Amino acid sequence: MDWGTFVTHQLPIMLVVIVGVPAVLVGYIVGTELLVRRLPDALRPRVRPWIWVGPALLFVFGFLVLPAFGTFKASLENNSGQFVGLHNYQVQLSDFPSGGSWIAIRNNAYWLVLYTLFVLAFGLLLAVLFDRVKYETIVKSLIFMPMAISSVALGVIWKFMYWYQPPGVTQTGTLNAFLGLFHQDPRIWIQDPSIDNFAIIGAAVWGITGFAMVILSAALKGIPGELLEAARVDGAGEITIFRRVIFPLMMPTVVVVGTTLVIFALKAFDVVYVMTGGNFETDVLANRMYKLLFFSGNNGAAAAVAMILLAAVVPVLIFNLRQFRAVEARR
Amino acid sequence: MSVAVAERPGTAATAARFSPQWIAGRIQGAVLHIAVISLTVAWIVPTAGLLITSFRPFDKITSSGWWTALAPSYQFTLDNYSKVLSTSNLGQGFFNSFMISIPATIIPIAIAAFAAYAFAWMKFPLRDWIFLGIVGVLAIPLQLSFVPVLSFFVAHGITVGNLEPYGMQFLPVWLAHTGYGLPFSIYLLANFFRALPSELFESAEIDGASTLTVFFRIVLPLSVPALASLVIFQFLWIWNDLLVALIYVGGAREVAPLTVSLANLTNSLGQGYHLLTAAAFFSMIVPLVVFLSLQRYFVRGILAGSVKG
Repeated sequence: MDWGTFVTHQLPIMLVVIVGVPAVLVGYIVGTELLVRRLPDALRPRVRPWIWVGPALLFVFGFLVLPAFGTFKASLENNSGQFVGLHNYQVQLSDFPSGGSWIAIRNNAYWLVLYTLFVLAFGLLLAVLFDRVKYETIVKSLIFMPMAISSVALGVIWKFMYWYQPPGVTQTGTLNAFLGLFHQDPRIWIQDPSIDNFAIIGAAVWGITGFAMVILSAALKGIPGELLEAARVDGAGEITIFRRVIFPLMMPTVVVVGTTLVIFALKAFDVVYVMTGGNFETDVLANRMYKLLFFSGNNGAAAAVAMILLAAVVPVLIFNLRQFRAVEARR
Repeated sequence: MSVAVAERPGTAATAARFSPQWIAGRIQGAVLHIAVISLTVAWIVPTAGLLITSFRPFDKITSSGWWTALAPSYQFTLDNYSKVLSTSNLGQGFFNSFMISIPATIIPIAIAAFAAYAFAWMKFPLRDWIFLGIVGVLAIPLQLSFVPVLSFFVAHGITVGNLEPYGMQFLPVWLAHTGYGLPFSIYLLANFFRALPSELFESAEIDGASTLTVFFRIVLPLSVPALASLVIFQFLWIWNDLLVALIYVGGAREVAPLTVSLANLTNSLGQGYHLLTAAAFFSMIVPLVVFLSLQRYFVRGILAGSVKG
């Protein structure tokens, strides 16, 4: 980067933005509120809420709700905007099990099951183990740290972990060197279709486990100590206590974390994009959609893939809404 | 029954020294510590490997594993960093990431705070249904919005190329991030605002305080913890975002944020791993500093967002 143009050109823009953006936002709410005050008394309480909630509704409607319908419409059209019925879906769902989107759908299913289960299992294990040591805070931050870095950096980190050299050459990749300790041949972790999906999911699990651990750990701390003490006094072993007392009490939290992870798994993109670009049978729906949109310029097909993704999310969405209403009803 | 309890062999703490129970307790403790520490070490290895590699000379990286650098003789260098910073556009990417992240954090949170205030403390028709709709939208994949929003932007000339002369090249991505970040922000803040004691609002009303005064003088100052978590959350999510940036900004040198530049390097460098490790670590600096200094708020935000109710 050229520092001259940075100071004369880009820095001023940055300052204007940092001052200007909040000014516009505060200006909006103060300005409209002053206008509302001039309205007749009876009208004011009916107008005011829409002033406050209006911009948000406009954005959510404009960027999420309306486009969702637009995507549905686009999925029924070809590139010149002609109605083609279900043709795009037919193409995406043809030639089971290796044609169309099937590889991506299969991989998303792998993600859904393996990613969710492993993250929950590791998260629970770490939360329970760490709860018993005095240096809990430090080890927790270390596990949690990958949450702060981008999936792109995560992809680079793990490409390096999975680095491959042909047999006989010094293995500089951590995992292949580790295999070498046991006189195993190095593996081509991220280019061998029989293991690459699991290798990528493993990298993603590493990154997100801290998230599950932190939430589960908070739920664990919410369990009254007397309850565990009572179980111990009654002679229950630690494993029985976990199975019969801790786990049932944590179940609601496990479900909440699980649904969040299911959504993450369905939306998986960055890690795949960086590590394999979706090659070697590692494609997922989000990456396939991106490729169809930008490299093939096929909007209809991309929209159809997005709709398939939505179909997978709908059950989670309904579940979330029911949970939410149940919580509201208890309020 | 209480007598029987008292006679039951106690925990390690109460057992006599060197009794079988005491030894068993000790072993259990040791196993626990070994498990905790080895799991933690296993978790740090990938990041540590990257960090150490980024400081090793090129010929060492290709001929031996990063762990060999832990033993003497120590050979570390900053060459990878100076080379990757001078040959790639990571510096520009760093600036672009800030230019994208700061407004894309401020705008959605301010707008969400307005809306959350209305959802929590104002009455309007369909309020609860609209809020339910927001909760539903939380789960919708962003992919569903790309095709229509992008065509809208292109059709109305709201593109990076057109806006660059005015210094507004990031406007599309700010707007997009605002739309995408709002549902979560509204949900989190409305829950927080609702939990504020209603007497505050009643007494403020009796004192004749205006809606603006209540919002800026009472609601916002009391919500600093929630706002802080949300700011950190949103900032990190945008700083680390790849997909939305790829769609609305693209990979051109002048506008690409760090994540996009790094992803491009991953494809172009291939075997140039010594540079890639330095680049990856460079991209992690800001999130790590934010995370390490504000971890408390970050964790609080995660908890508020997921175990509410």
